[in-house]
Amino acid sequence: MLIELRKIHKYYGPVKANCGVDLTIEPGVIHGILGENGAGKTTLMKILAGYSEKTSGNILVNHSSVNYKTPSQASELGIGMLYQDPLDFPLLSVLDNFMLGQTTGLVNKKKTFRKIFKKSADALNFSLQPDASVKFLTIGERQQLEILRLLARGIQVLILDEPTTGISTLQKETLFQALKKLASEGKSVILVSHKLEDVESLCERITVLRQGTVAGEMERPFSINVLLEMMFGSPPLPPTRTQIKTGEIILEMNQVSAPGGRTGLKNCDITVRQGEVIGLAGLEGSGQDVFLRIAAGLKQPSKGSIRLQGVKMNGKDYHTYKNQRVTYLPGSRLEEGLISGLSITQHLLLQDIQKGFFVKSFHAFRKAKESITRFRIKAEPESFVESLSGGNQQRLLLSFLPADPILLLLGNPTRGLDMESVLWVWQHLHQYCAHKACIVFSSSELDEILMNADRVLVFFNGVVIKDTRTDRTDVHELGRAIAGKT
Amino acid sequence: MNLDGLLRAKLRLVKVIMKILSRYVFEGVLTLFAVLFFTTIILLVSGAPPFAAYYHIFKGSLGSWIKLGQVIQVWIPLTLCAAGLLYTFRIGLWNIGVEGQVMLGAVFTTAVLRIDAAKSMPMLFIGLSFLAGISGGAIWAIVAGVLKTKGGVNEIFAGLGLNFVGQGIILWLIFGPWRRPGIASMSGTELFPQELWLPIFPAFRLSPVGLVLALSALVLTALLLRYTHMGLNLKAIGNNRDAAYLFGLKPDRYMIIAMIFAGGFAGLAGSIQVAGVYHRLLPAISSNYGYLALLVVMLANYNVWITPLVAFFFACLNVGSIQLPMMLELDSSLSGVIQGTLVLATLAVYSWRIRGKMSGGDAAT
Repeated sequence: MLIELRKIHKYYGPVKANCGVDLTIEPGVIHGILGENGAGKTTLMKILAGYSEKTSGNILVNHSSVNYKTPSQASELGIGMLYQDPLDFPLLSVLDNFMLGQTTGLVNKKKTFRKIFKKSADALNFSLQPDASVKFLTIGERQQLEILRLLARGIQVLILDEPTTGISTLQKETLFQALKKLASEGKSVILVSHKLEDVESLCERITVLRQGTVAGEMERPFSINVLLEMMFGSPPLPPTRTQIKTGEIILEMNQVSAPGGRTGLKNCDITVRQGEVIGLAGLEGSGQDVFLRIAAGLKQPSKGSIRLQGVKMNGKDYHTYKNQRVTYLPGSRLEEGLISGLSITQHLLLQDIQKGFFVKSFHAFRKAKESITRFRIKAEPESFVESLSGGNQQRLLLSFLPADPILLLLGNPTRGLDMESVLWVWQHLHQYCAHKACIVFSSSELDEILMNADRVLVFFNGVVIKDTRTDRTDVHELGRAIAGKT
Repeated sequence: MNLDGLLRAKLRLVKVIMKILSRYVFEGVLTLFAVLFFTTIILLVSGAPPFAAYYHIFKGSLGSWIKLGQVIQVWIPLTLCAAGLLYTFRIGLWNIGVEGQVMLGAVFTTAVLRIDAAKSMPMLFIGLSFLAGISGGAIWAIVAGVLKTKGGVNEIFAGLGLNFVGQGIILWLIFGPWRRPGIASMSGTELFPQELWLPIFPAFRLSPVGLVLALSALVLTALLLRYTHMGLNLKAIGNNRDAAYLFGLKPDRYMIIAMIFAGGFAGLAGSIQVAGVYHRLLPAISSNYGYLALLVVMLANYNVWITPLVAFFFACLNVGSIQLPMMLELDSSLSGVIQGTLVLATLAVYSWRIRGKMSGGDAAT
């Protein structure tokens, strides 16, 4: 089955997730879709699988235009997708899950399906027990189950979204063998991943997406460097920040581990010195968030020790850190940073040292006016924060920062902001370094890290696999580290 | 700010007020229609003439000064409970346990008034009994609050459980240690001596103390929620607990504080029922006013000033529907049906508005 995507556009409000993507998937080929977080891979695949609707563009199956709107219509055409988190029913057995959506009539014909299941599982070398309960299965096994279910429904085009995240090496081996077998039977397999090595070892053809458009295509044999350049763009300007005037140690982590996120954080050894700006690179959920939350006292390490200016901080909560002038700004602004339903003035009242019994609304109103002017926020003091744009929300959050922090922890401080706001935010943040604060921020943009940080930590699978100065590295080296290659 | 800017700001304010007013009026009318529609259907189904029923409810609640007195007598505990619930709703807690908090307030009050010395110093002991009632309700609320913050028990389940325990305690007291000499019956404990009854307005058969307390509770709540750090903090935590924590607030502490206010007011309602209305402890001392107050507050859209109006309306329904069995041979539980319909209709209109807002993309409100 030949699939052609023509000029696919997908907008989420003002955000362009896909911008004129052309893609051809040939039968019998394992096709890799490579790209950074937010490059538009998953969006594109969800459109192909009928999960989300495209804004404009055409999908052709065997040269004829098709128009479908739901996953079930897509699967009737023979297109099926294996999502990052398998869609199954944990309380049911493997066989029940397998049968879902296939049975017709009153009798469920368990015996017949048991035979079909056994046969197709054996064909792909999957060792699944039909009567096991799905909730006890590993992610890898649930994937296998989902693949079998999709195949039983007559899928000709199988889309896999980041299938190698969270599964064991052995399971990966089995999966890859199975995918090769499927391709040899004439089915198309689309492998979406940001892991270079997986795509490289399995696929015959790779399409790289970058910022919603196709950055390039390549057939075997692949050149890693060319692929990296397609993924991350041409090497940016040389880092502008050179002078590092490190002072005393502010934060020290010793063999810190903690669960959480997709990967947790494992055996992290880090020292952060006064005046440093440190960028945390890595695919989203590789441990950066856990790192920031531990450094802020919002999460307790399960192992290892953490010291702030030499004082052991294990077991202390965020408010203790806050009193020591550590500030954390979360990446999700409306979820964690600001309070919907409260105005800017009310936020300033919360921020104010809560002395006295009655709130001083007039005082806060004046302060809100001041902040709005000084931080160039497009809003009124009585505006509710949820009515602000992302850039203005971030400016507002920055206006709450204390005057003399020693450690600023920022989760994706410029996500979703326009260029002007990004520049403004960084100008503002660098002022703090001049006052001897250190800044630790996570970002999915390598360029941003290289431009603004003195040092970069690359996270992969919960481990810091690279810790280097930004003037001694480049996009290629970092890109490789992000993909797990050192 | 120059004059022009001031004028423009004023104009904008007027516009906003108009918008809010028109919205409320529109919603109110819509809700009223929905309620009338549904209750009329229910009345027709149960074979009653709807207009006669409405007339009797009206006459039975506002037809005479005595009736009005009865309505206010119901309004007082309802308003007190509702005022307390405003604090817990503000921080996002569902204080179902308000019912048990009324009961414990009543128990503590009775305990003080039963002391032998009370007769000789009635004013002192009535005062003390009210303080005891407030603490009784507050203690019951703190139990639920601590279970929530320290034990991770949902406050709805904790509250519900404590309601049953509270009822159990009352029954045990009435049939056990506090039973009337010789007999123990569902009619409650022995009446207090006359000196320990709250003074009443003879024309209304209504105690002014309760009225004053309920009104003060409302004003106090309005002030605290609107003009103090505590009020703002409760709202901040209720709207976004994680962000409020990052702002340096301690959600657990404020949850307990909100529970103390809710429990305290509910306990006070219990005190008034004991000292001002029944002059003894009854098994049904709370008369379900706690549960009713939850509906009142929801119906009032968590607004301090609408709450007493809705409470008054509910009180009218409650008192007025007593007429229905006598006049139309209907079951008096019909008032419960009407109140339930009222809440359902309001929630329906409310969710309809939210949905309209989401599809309309009106993010400013």
